[in-house]
Amino acid sequence: MELTNENVLGKIIEQFGEENITDAMNPDGIMTFQTNRQTIHELIKYLRDDKELQISFLTTMCGVHYPEQKDKELCMMYQLHSLRHNYRLRIKVYFPISDPVMPTLTDLYAAANWMEREAYDFYGIVFAGHPNLIRILNVEDMEYHPMLKQYPLEDQTREDKVNTFFGR
Amino acid sequence: MATETKTVELDGLEQFRENLDLKLQDKHNENLTTLNLGPTHPATHGIFQNILQMNGEVIVDAVPTIGYIHRAFEKIAERRPFYQITPLTDRMNYCSSPINNMGYHMSVEKLLGIEIPKRAQYIRVIMMELARISDHLICNSILGVDSGAFTGFLYVMQERENIYDIYEEVCGARLTTNMGRIGGMERDLSPKALHLIGEFLKRFPKVWAEFEKMLTRNRIFIDRTTDVGAISAERALSYGFTGPNLRATGVDYDVRVMNPYSSYEDFDFEIPVGSKGDTYDRFLVRNVEVWESLKIIEQAYKNLPEGSYHADAPHYYLPPKQEVYRNMEALIYHFKIVMGEIDAPVGEVYHSVEGGNGELGFYIISDGGRTPYRLHFRRPCFIYYQAYTEMIKGGQLADAILTLSSLNVIAGELDA
Repeated sequence: MELTNENVLGKIIEQFGEENITDAMNPDGIMTFQTNRQTIHELIKYLRDDKELQISFLTTMCGVHYPEQKDKELCMMYQLHSLRHNYRLRIKVYFPISDPVMPTLTDLYAAANWMEREAYDFYGIVFAGHPNLIRILNVEDMEYHPMLKQYPLEDQTREDKVNTFFGR
Repeated sequence: MATETKTVELDGLEQFRENLDLKLQDKHNENLTTLNLGPTHPATHGIFQNILQMNGEVIVDAVPTIGYIHRAFEKIAERRPFYQITPLTDRMNYCSSPINNMGYHMSVEKLLGIEIPKRAQYIRVIMMELARISDHLICNSILGVDSGAFTGFLYVMQERENIYDIYEEVCGARLTTNMGRIGGMERDLSPKALHLIGEFLKRFPKVWAEFEKMLTRNRIFIDRTTDVGAISAERALSYGFTGPNLRATGVDYDVRVMNPYSSYEDFDFEIPVGSKGDTYDRFLVRNVEVWESLKIIEQAYKNLPEGSYHADAPHYYLPPKQEVYRNMEALIYHFKIVMGEIDAPVGEVYHSVEGGNGELGFYIISDGGRTPYRLHFRRPCFIYYQAYTEMIKGGQLADAILTLSSLNVIAGELDA
């Protein structure tokens, strides 16, 4: 079966229902749709195990922060790839920052382990069921999640900081 | 007072050991030794720390720590105009910076919808394949060093210098190249650059054949690398392996073939695959890939099309300097581009290229501003290095060093 955006989306909606698969679009040739936290784990398992689809390679995942969107402040993007059919797929899940919990994918993909730790490190997204959810790139005693939009980068032109050793 | 201080220190140490023990299995087994490998061990070629639990010479478990050179590129990129992000990508895989640069440029071009002329695409292919050669050359020769053969490393290092001379002629820099622009190359290949590439194509095959001869059928080398750090194709795919490390396990996934970019579909080349996924297979796959890269460069060099070396995109591509002084339009565009006053369209793009170590992806979300709203790098090293623990378990310490070298983990790309 040749995978196209239409028949893949049709198959997924047939399996999971229209209320769980929403906002399908095609921004750059890769089909993108939204789902929710209840469905995501089962959906990715289904895509991996289905004999026809075989979308079984986790390319990447990352968090995004939209501070203006009420109750949809955080977004988790998953990108999958079917090496058999050379077909790519992007799935997004939006959830509130007050309850930043997502199901882990470490039981489906070994690669998810560090990717999820990175998302936790950068955005504070908690992956329920992750075997070792600690910071990965930043120091362990850091008290905030630096990729959130409320932490701006330091202004390069500031003058109140005197540091003669580092030539500032 | 003195004794008190001492107790406190000991408590801290005890706490540290306890935390460490919790991370490692079999903490009550007294025959095991804990060994700290890294972060600045000369044999790890980069800043990687692994706390190993050893039973004699055999590794029982390992806890890797990364992030020693984390520079928050994804955060910094959210503040910079698009053209200023290229120098950040240099510093990811610094053994093959042009691939990172051009991968990023192509992603932005995809976002902006710019069509690149054939000549610029071919020049890019030449530079990217030179970068792949220098990347694989380092990896394989370092593998030789770690197994006790220093000669080959010094011998091929001269050729890397020659590749860097070509970079220097094309863009002015050697290691962190910042090569090309959004929309093409910053200048055409000069006669000297063409001459250097021609010379390289003549000289390099002999050098590489000699290097290959030294190791490929070398009894000691084969004994040291066969069945060392092996991984099956299923596990490799689950771990998100890409590039030579995946191909060594027998999966023929190459972005250049599967999703051709920059005119790769015009060239005739083969994708080598291994069978066992061990260190020797990874070495062989990289060796053959160097020959294939040479083939691509030769084809691109011979069939270099005439035409412009950059796209006609005045909003994003800097005008020539002479124009800026005489032409009002050019002056305005020059000012707007340099000050980062050009807005990108709203959109969302993922583009990937075959980097030195695998699929190097750029995921850009643009909200229509001068900077990306979110830029995520899919860094192959970061994703496959997590398999390292599994690959070295049950092996010997000396084999762990070889496995690390053959995976070609680049600290800059790992930590970004």
